[in-house]
Amino acid sequence: MLTATGLTCDRGERRLFAGLDLAVGPGEWLHVQGENGAGKTSLLRILAGLAPPAAGEIRWKGEPIRMLAEDYRKELLFLGHHGAVKEELTPLENLMLAARLDGAVLDETTALKALARFGLRGREDLPVRFLSAGQKRRVLLARLAVRQAALWILDEPFTALDVKAVDMLSALIVEHVTGGGIAILTSHQAIPLPNGKILKVGP
Amino acid sequence: MKSMLAVIRRDLLLAMRRKSEVLTALFFFVIVVSLFPLGIGPESALLRKIAPGILWVAALLATMLGLARLFAPDHADGTLEQMALSPSPLGLLIAGKIVAHWITTGLPLVLLAPVLGIQFDLDGGALWILVVALLLGTPLLSLIGAIGAALTLGVRGGGVLLSLLVLPLYVPTLIFGAGAVESHIAGMGAGGHLSLLAALLAVAVFFAPWATTAALRIALE
Amino acid sequence: MSNNRVVQWFKYASPQSFYPLAGRMIPWFWALAAVFGAAGLWISFFVAPTDFQQGEGYRIIFIHVPAAWMSMFIYLVMAAWAGLGLALNTRLSGMMAQALAPTGALMAFLSLWTGAFWGKPMWGAWWVWDARLTSALILFFLYIGFIALQAAIDDPRRADKAGAILALVGVVNVPIIYFSVKWWNTLHQGASVSLMKAPTMAATMLWGMLLMALAFWMYSIAVALMRVRAIILEREAHTDWVKELDEVRS
Repeated sequence: MLTATGLTCDRGERRLFAGLDLAVGPGEWLHVQGENGAGKTSLLRILAGLAPPAAGEIRWKGEPIRMLAEDYRKELLFLGHHGAVKEELTPLENLMLAARLDGAVLDETTALKALARFGLRGREDLPVRFLSAGQKRRVLLARLAVRQAALWILDEPFTALDVKAVDMLSALIVEHVTGGGIAILTSHQAIPLPNGKILKVGP
Repeated sequence: MKSMLAVIRRDLLLAMRRKSEVLTALFFFVIVVSLFPLGIGPESALLRKIAPGILWVAALLATMLGLARLFAPDHADGTLEQMALSPSPLGLLIAGKIVAHWITTGLPLVLLAPVLGIQFDLDGGALWILVVALLLGTPLLSLIGAIGAALTLGVRGGGVLLSLLVLPLYVPTLIFGAGAVESHIAGMGAGGHLSLLAALLAVAVFFAPWATTAALRIALE
Repeated sequence: MSNNRVVQWFKYASPQSFYPLAGRMIPWFWALAAVFGAAGLWISFFVAPTDFQQGEGYRIIFIHVPAAWMSMFIYLVMAAWAGLGLALNTRLSGMMAQALAPTGALMAFLSLWTGAFWGKPMWGAWWVWDARLTSALILFFLYIGFIALQAAIDDPRRADKAGAILALVGVVNVPIIYFSVKWWNTLHQGASVSLMKAPTMAATMLWGMLLMALAFWMYSIAVALMRVRAIILEREAHTDWVKELDEVRS
C-alpha cells in the first residue's frame, strides 16, 4: 500500500502542484495524467524517493519511505525517461548487470527467456547500439519481467513501442497487478488496461 | 560489497568496449611528459631535477581528462538514477565506480611512469619511489576528482569548471608525491612524504565517497 | 525561556523577517567600518613610527594583514553557513554563503595584491613562492571555484547545496593545503623573510593593525548583508511579501 499526503512540488521558483493526496493498494494501478510540464515526472520521482517533496509525506505500508530507505527500494522498480541501458553492452549483459546492481540473483536462462519474450531472441549478444529504438525499449521492458518488485513506477513506458510491444507490456502490467502488485504510470496515449485509478496532476 | 564488485566489473567491461578513452588519457600522459625535454633542453642534470614534478603534473592532467566522463554517461542514460534506487547503499556503488576509474586511468599511469622516468635519467631507486608514490597518489586523485565530477554533473561548462574546482585540491598530493622522489634524489629519504600521502589517502577513502554521493544526490534531484 | 529564544532565532532564519532586520543593521555596520577605518588609517599613517628596516613601505601591511585574516576567516564562516544549510535545510544559510563568497575572494585578492606590493621593495620581486603567499593564492582559487560553481547552476537550491559541499570539502582541505605548502616551502628554500616577524612590533603598529582589522570586519558584514538582501529579493521575487515592499512597488 503506497499512500501520499499533502505532496507539494516546486521546480525552481514555480509551484507545480500542492496538497496532492493518493493511495494505491495491492492489485491496483494508478494512471497519472496531466498536461506537459504539469509535474507528472516530478511526482513519479518524488514517489520513487529520488527527490524530496517540498512538503508532504509518502508512506509505504504505513512507514515513511525516508525511514525505510533500502527496504523500500528493494520493493520498488522505477523506469524513467532514460532506460539505463548501456549502448556498448549486449541485451543479456545489460539485464544481468542491472540485476546485480539491484542485489538480485538472476540466472542466465531466466534472463534469456525474458529477452525472448520481448522478441529479442537472436539478438542477445549484439551490442545494444546496433538495435533500433523500439528494440532498446524492449530490453528495458525485459527488466520488468525478471525483477521481483511489488511496486512499479513507470514513466511513459509506452513511448517508442510498436503495437505488438504495447500489447506485451500491457499484458505484463496486468499480470503484475492481478498478482497483487502495484503499478503507477504516466502515459500520453490511452492505455489499453482495465480499471485503473486516475490521478490528475496540475496546479 | 557484492554490488560494489558488480559496479567495478561493469565499468571495466565498459572501458574494454571503448578502449579509445582509456588509451587517449595514457597517450596524453606520454606526450606531455615527452614534450618537456623538447621545451627545456636535453641536459640530463636539469631533467633529473625536474622529472618528478613533470611526471606528477602530467599524471594530474591525465587523470583530469577522464574525470568529466566519470559520471556523465551514467547520468545521461539513467544508470545513476537506477543506482540511487538500488537497495545497495549508493555510497558503496559510487566507491566501486571510483575504484574502476582508478584501475582504468590511475593504474596504467603507475605502470608507465618508470619507462618515462628512464627518459629523464632517473636511477633505479628513484624510479621505485616514483612508482610507490604514484601508487599512493593516483587513487587520491581519483577520489578527490570524483567529488568535483559529481558537483559539476550536468552543469553548464562542466569540464572547465571541473578543473577549476579540482586542481587546487590536488596541491597537497602534488607536493607530497613529487616531493617523495625529489627528497630521495636529494638523499633525504622519501619515508616522510610517502607516509603523509598514505595518511591523505586514508582520509580521502572515508571522506570522498561520502561527499561524492551527497553531490550526486543533489544532481539527481 | 530558552525555548522561546530558539523560536526567536528561527524567526530570523526566514528570509522574510531577516530582510528588514538586515536593512536596519547595515547603516550601523557601515558607520562602525568608517569609524574604525578612519582611526586605523590615522594610526597607521601618522602615528606608527617608520620601520628602521623596511622604511615607509611596510605600512602596506596595515591593509595586507587584515585582508589576509579576513580572507581565511570568511571562508570558515562561509563553510559554517553552508554546513548549517545542509544540516537544517534552511534557505537563508545558502544565501549567506553565497553573499560572503565575493567578499572573501576580494579579501584574498587584496592580500595577494598588497603582498606583491610589499614584496617588490622587500624581496626585490613581485612574487615569491612563499608559503603564505602560495596558500593565499590557492585560497583565492577555492573562492573562485565556489563562485563559478554557484553561477553555473541555474536552480538556486541546487546551487546552494552543491556550493555547500564544495565549501565543506574546501574547509577540510585548507589546513592540509596550508601545511603541505609550508612543508614544500621549507624543503625548497631556507627561511624566507617573514612578514610578521618584524623584530619588535611597536604597540602603535599593533593598534593600527587591530583597528584596521575591525574596520575590515565591519565592512565585510555590511557588504555581505547588502548582498544577502539583494539575493533575497531576487529569489523571493514571486512571493507576496516582496511584492508589497515599498522599494519594490515604487
